[in-house]
Amino acid sequence: MSELSLERGLAALRAEIDAPVAAFFSSCVRCGLCAQSCPFYLETGDPRYTPILKLEPLRRVWEAEFTLWGRIKRWLGLGQEVSDAMLAEWEPLVYDSCSLCGRCSMVCPVGNDLVYMIRKTREGMVQSGHAPEGLVAASVRAIRTGSPMGLQWKTLAVQIQHVERSTGLTVPVDRAGAEYLVMLSSMEIINFPEYLEAITRIFDHAGVRWTLSTQCFEATNAGIQIGSKDIAAELVERVVVAASALGVSRVISPECGHAFTAIRWEGPNLIGRPYPFRVFHIIEVLDELRRDGRLHTEGKEADRLSMHDPCNLARKSGVIGEQRALMDLVAEHFVDLDEHGRFQWCCGAGGGVSSNERAEPLKLAAFKRKKAQIEAVEPERMVTMCATCRTQLEEGLEEFNMDIPVVGLTEMIAEHLVERPAAEPEPGTESGQPA
Amino acid sequence: MNGAMEFLLWTKGPMFQIALGIFAVGMLARLFEILLLGRATNHAEARAGEWLPGLRTVFTRTIPDPGTFRRAPFDVLVGWIWHLGFIIVLLLSVPHVELVAGVFGVSWPTLPNPVIDLLTAITLAGLVAALLHRLLHPVKRRISIPQDYLVWALTFAVVLTGYLAYHRLVDPYPLALGMHILSAELLLICLPFTKLTHIFTTVFARWYNGAAFGRKGVRS
Repeated sequence: MSELSLERGLAALRAEIDAPVAAFFSSCVRCGLCAQSCPFYLETGDPRYTPILKLEPLRRVWEAEFTLWGRIKRWLGLGQEVSDAMLAEWEPLVYDSCSLCGRCSMVCPVGNDLVYMIRKTREGMVQSGHAPEGLVAASVRAIRTGSPMGLQWKTLAVQIQHVERSTGLTVPVDRAGAEYLVMLSSMEIINFPEYLEAITRIFDHAGVRWTLSTQCFEATNAGIQIGSKDIAAELVERVVVAASALGVSRVISPECGHAFTAIRWEGPNLIGRPYPFRVFHIIEVLDELRRDGRLHTEGKEADRLSMHDPCNLARKSGVIGEQRALMDLVAEHFVDLDEHGRFQWCCGAGGGVSSNERAEPLKLAAFKRKKAQIEAVEPERMVTMCATCRTQLEEGLEEFNMDIPVVGLTEMIAEHLVERPAAEPEPGTESGQPA
Repeated sequence: MNGAMEFLLWTKGPMFQIALGIFAVGMLARLFEILLLGRATNHAEARAGEWLPGLRTVFTRTIPDPGTFRRAPFDVLVGWIWHLGFIIVLLLSVPHVELVAGVFGVSWPTLPNPVIDLLTAITLAGLVAALLHRLLHPVKRRISIPQDYLVWALTFAVVLTGYLAYHRLVDPYPLALGMHILSAELLLICLPFTKLTHIFTTVFARWYNGAAFGRKGVRS
């Protein structure tokens, strides 16, 4: 990153203003209902965390430079300027207290898409040098090493060996002509290696031709979280290059919420052209296999299960029915949380909050909303499909001494596959824990 | 009495023209200001169209989701009550319909005066409740700006003067009616330059919201 400055920040904010933004700010009546949709406000009671207030820097630039009245006010010396001090004050509002969950966008009575505007505001924060340290560090690591956690292929190679040993299957790597390129997230590789094992089993079972790529295995995108188009575009481009090199027709986004938003929705716009392949979340792929009759399962989980919808998957991508259809396949007692699907509540860790150490207390506060939802349903286990959500649920539940294990849906499906005679029968799926 | 009559004629004549002119030119300029900004081309493969989900949200966003209603019933009810009261009185009271008939030659059925009277009182009460809520609720107080109180005062003045004029509570009557017309004109003048623009821009805001979510296969 070259010199960051207020001027660059303002220029970035200016560049983000489009017709929707202007329509949104023109329509806001400051009713404050957005606060009632925000876990960070609801669980702290601090009115600074009202979503529309978080957008004040962007709103000021819009008013001063994109409205006739604002220009007159500015000319008369009555305009409200955006200063460096203001942006510094807003940094915790735009990052620490916003997980980009998008619930406010569903609730605003005049229809303001607030999360669309927070995402845009972050572009200005980055360019003015007001992004949180933790996110800057993750972005730098992602650009330098390919992973926001600095993880390298050799670590994944070790996991692959574990998986191959415990399944007796081959994990295809750099296989040109495969149909699917499977992308992963570093957090998954480190915390939840059972995911890779699960898809290896499932894809073998269903006869899916897939591959990993040594050129690029990381689908998470620190640029999306911090709000830097340049970084985000660079990271997306790596996926595109890897997918193109192998000639795959489909790319699978891992169990990671923002990675899906990054490569499914923002990616083509970041690189300025459509992809030569299609992008699916692993849950979409599994449900397609289910619909096509390629998933043969036996037995069902007998305990009471509930589910956490990742914001990026459900509300922000419309994948809502798929995970429930898959649950029906393997769960006998599934009960939904009261507000779920497009109206689910965020776990509190998304949008870069979990990479931002300073936001730790807020992250835990926001989780209390999820906790209350879970308590109301009293499940024996929670199921989800995002590594960040899963980590947050595990940590949060432990913090509040709630003995509710959290499992990934993909692994749960894998455990119920009808064993093929040829497959290695070893049941010890506990292996492959990180060394 | 003579002064009052002159005042009324001024509000109905030159002032009306001025207000209407500022409103029309101002609001058109605002809409152009917004729409000419456009949107970037979206290269991501869409899951569904934009138009229908956008239109859908234009209507559906009028009613809150059950959770939001549970968490903020006062906001929702008060907002609904005074907006509805205001719109019904504006469109269905005898003097307003007669005014439109006089100017444009079109008319429609009206509501009986006692009903309008009741609705006006309810609207006034709703506006007072909304103001109190703005002053007392921590979120509303934190995000409010002076303009919010100005717009409230203008809106309240329009309804209140209408009520006073109808009940002949201000003497002489031409003064009462003149005040009502003038406050409506002030509202029109301020409309393009304040949050009152939401009367027109909400349709666009909701459409953009519904379209963006709809494109991704989400009903918003």
